[in-house]
Amino acid sequence: MPEAPLAEQSAPRTGAALLELDDVSIQFGGLKALDGVSFAVREGEILGLIGPNGAGKTTCFNVMTGVYQPTSGQVRFAGEPLGRRKRFAITRLGIARTFQNIRLFGNMTALENVLVGADAHHRTNVIDALVRSPRHRREEREGEETAREVMRFLGLERRADELARNLSYGEQRRLEIARAMATKPRLLCLDEPAAGFNPAEKAQLMDLIRRIRDRGLTVLLIEHDMGLVMGVSDRVAVLEFGRKIAEGVPAEIRNDPAVIAAYLGTEVDEEGDL
Amino acid sequence: MTSGKASPDTESGSARSMAWGPRLGWDRGALARRVSGLPKPVKWALIGLLVVLLYALPLLEIPIISTPDTDFGAVLFTVASYVLVALGLNIVLGYAGLLDLGYVGFYAIGAYTVAVLGSLQAQWSWWLLIPLAVLFTTISGVLLGAPTLRVRGDYLAIVTLGFGEIIRLTALNTEWLGAAKGITGVPRPPSVELFELPHLQWEGATAFLDLDDKTTFLFFGVADQAPYYWLALTVIFVILGADRMLRLSRIGRAWEATREDEDAAELMGVPTFKFKLLAFASGAFIGGLSGALFASRQGFINPESFQLLLSILFVAAVVVGGAGNRWGVILGAIVVAYLPERFRGFEEWRLLVFGAALLVLANFRPQGLIPPRRTRRAQAVDEQLEALEEGADRA
Repeated sequence: MPEAPLAEQSAPRTGAALLELDDVSIQFGGLKALDGVSFAVREGEILGLIGPNGAGKTTCFNVMTGVYQPTSGQVRFAGEPLGRRKRFAITRLGIARTFQNIRLFGNMTALENVLVGADAHHRTNVIDALVRSPRHRREEREGEETAREVMRFLGLERRADELARNLSYGEQRRLEIARAMATKPRLLCLDEPAAGFNPAEKAQLMDLIRRIRDRGLTVLLIEHDMGLVMGVSDRVAVLEFGRKIAEGVPAEIRNDPAVIAAYLGTEVDEEGDL
Repeated sequence: MTSGKASPDTESGSARSMAWGPRLGWDRGALARRVSGLPKPVKWALIGLLVVLLYALPLLEIPIISTPDTDFGAVLFTVASYVLVALGLNIVLGYAGLLDLGYVGFYAIGAYTVAVLGSLQAQWSWWLLIPLAVLFTTISGVLLGAPTLRVRGDYLAIVTLGFGEIIRLTALNTEWLGAAKGITGVPRPPSVELFELPHLQWEGATAFLDLDDKTTFLFFGVADQAPYYWLALTVIFVILGADRMLRLSRIGRAWEATREDEDAAELMGVPTFKFKLLAFASGAFIGGLSGALFASRQGFINPESFQLLLSILFVAAVVVGGAGNRWGVILGAIVVAYLPERFRGFEEWRLLVFGAALLVLANFRPQGLIPPRRTRRAQAVDEQLEALEEGADRA
């Protein structure tokens, strides 16, 4: 792992809270997937969310993006409660995400995938499209500019006209990020973006995540790979069994006894079960 | 892990395309390239010629394609109305990916609007009835869609199947709608008799003007059905234009995204429910229009005209042709509507042949006769990639 960036990150960025989870619980039948979780993502930071399998990380994402409604507690974005907003409305508000299992629109071209993201803020209706109104033409032009710019940023510009499903695995991961970025989010949530990557690709991804942050986006990162999370995050929050057990800068988390117990403990448990 | 599962899938898909795609698709691809390579004026002249030819079809009476047993103009109208229906259903099924097995319901509502308000209960003008028919079907599309589009896949298919039957059974059991005996005297489009056009008569390979067989432009009568075909053809061109405009816009992209992955689309800011409803309403609009034209050509309708089998045929037209490609579904509609008329002698075998053809198609061209263009381009890219990355290291 490169050591230099670590030093740079040890000074945590201070910004106002962009996304706040306030005592959020989610219950599926008898299972408490999240149990009174509170943490905040501050504007302009990279927050890593880690935890053993089944700790509730993806559930957290799903609460933030409107897929699930919290059983109790509240999620606030830029100070405003998300309430019962629809998923697409939350995206328009400024939260975009990628998926743990790649979920691109496989039979659409890479460019069209990104255009769908850019369309999040467009208002062209049937009449506009039928008569090719000025609004339609302006939004098409603006959408394509956004899409091409984002694809250039992610190094996908030469793949624009290929079907999403024909892209390589790494390109598909980046295309998901491009599609999410085209919705012009303030908060970008990445769900295990390094899954299936080799060390070189992981290093590139870390660089990419920093460059995304440098564009002014706030990044929430779920990741299994400790090296990556510790290397890139400004702060880290740790979940275990639906509860937050620690939060702090990477150096603190690394030495936190609860975190160490959580990671080592589960492994011991698993072996004990065997 | 989707990616892990997806890559073997694509591999087997491209293996299939290696086997079948190039051999069947190559010629057409080359033709398409040659046509698109032509200078613009030539291209437009070709398109113009094709359009004129399509309009002249009922007059030319070309021996091989004309139907010996039935009036060719009538067959052409039937084919055109199927094409129209297929274009409408293509929006629902091909673009938005919603399996609608009750599409005949919209067709019936369009037909019944014209028949009930034009003959049975009132004598309104045809010019008023057509927009009304379209309005009613569009509204019924929204009313059907609003509660049912919340269910997905198989459930939607079952609910729509029920809808088609409910419409037919309602018509069958309601006196006000003519019940089982149906409705006669459905208004025909108003005629403007301008001039007469002679048909051709063929003796072997030579054609003569047949001055005894003339079509009055535009007389909408009972015997000569060519004018109905011209009307339907004109409507098809308008719908084709609209289809293209919608497809190449935010709306078309939203439909496709919804079809590909509804949850991902929603999370990327697409109000999927709204767009599914829009697809349903657009499909209903076109289906109703086709039904209204059908009723005003037929002059008589009864619930028997709107059997479930018709819905299945409509879906077959779209799937056989290539769901998602407007030219594909047009071809599919022509196959489904024209071939049985052309080969009336085999009518008893129709369903058997049809079933066998579907089986063959499902095996050899699972995406339809003319799959969406991108699928073809995707196949080409697949092949290139395969050639380039033989045994690539990337897992």
